[in-house]
Amino acid sequence: MKTFKWFIGLIIIVTLFILNFFVFFQEIDFSYKLINVLLFCSLFILMRVVKGPSVADRIVAIDILGVLIIGICALLSIALERSYYIDIGIAWGLQSFIGAMALAKFLEGRSLDA
Amino acid sequence: MHSLAFNQIIGYVIICFGILFDFFGVLGLLRLPDVYNRLQAATKCVTFGSAGILIGVFIYSGFTPTGFKAILCTVFILLTSPVSAHAIAKAAHNSGIEMAEETIVDHYLEDMNNEPTEDK
Repeated sequence: MKTFKWFIGLIIIVTLFILNFFVFFQEIDFSYKLINVLLFCSLFILMRVVKGPSVADRIVAIDILGVLIIGICALLSIALERSYYIDIGIAWGLQSFIGAMALAKFLEGRSLDA
Repeated sequence: MHSLAFNQIIGYVIICFGILFDFFGVLGLLRLPDVYNRLQAATKCVTFGSAGILIGVFIYSGFTPTGFKAILCTVFILLTSPVSAHAIAKAAHNSGIEMAEETIVDHYLEDMNNEPTEDK
């Protein structure tokens, strides 16, 4: 049964890869296809946020989601040829770092000023 | 698709390498059995994944404002992300989240139970 689930997942991932890179989106730039891959990874992370059994799972998933969004902003800046999209990534990374540190202290049971 | 310069091709290769590492890290985040294992897999998203994407963006765009901002963002996430990962791991261990069944050693718990040794 476990091998069967692996096989289904592999078929879904390979099908989406072929549809993304060789069937659809033939007339647009190559960097948009890479953005599609990162958006698909973000969907996986949201699955972990929904079904994570403990609170620390959800904190880890939200932290990594911020890192992926920095990558999406960097790819958008070379797709649209504007330099200010990376500023959004820097600000998002700062907010994600502060949020992760605050949530870790709150999970450990300490107050925010200790 | 228009013709690319040489540095743009190198930049796209490094960006694809970073996206591959991002995908593997997210796959580990879904598949591994434990908080600590998931954290160990997900930190690979930072050091090779998104930092690789930002270095690829720097090589793609050269010495432009986009490239300098990409280097700045790379240094920033390489400094901050291990700190937050270590804080999350320490908080999860202190708040008593259980490890997976396959775990065979826990040095941090042994160090907390024993008294600290003075002579080494």
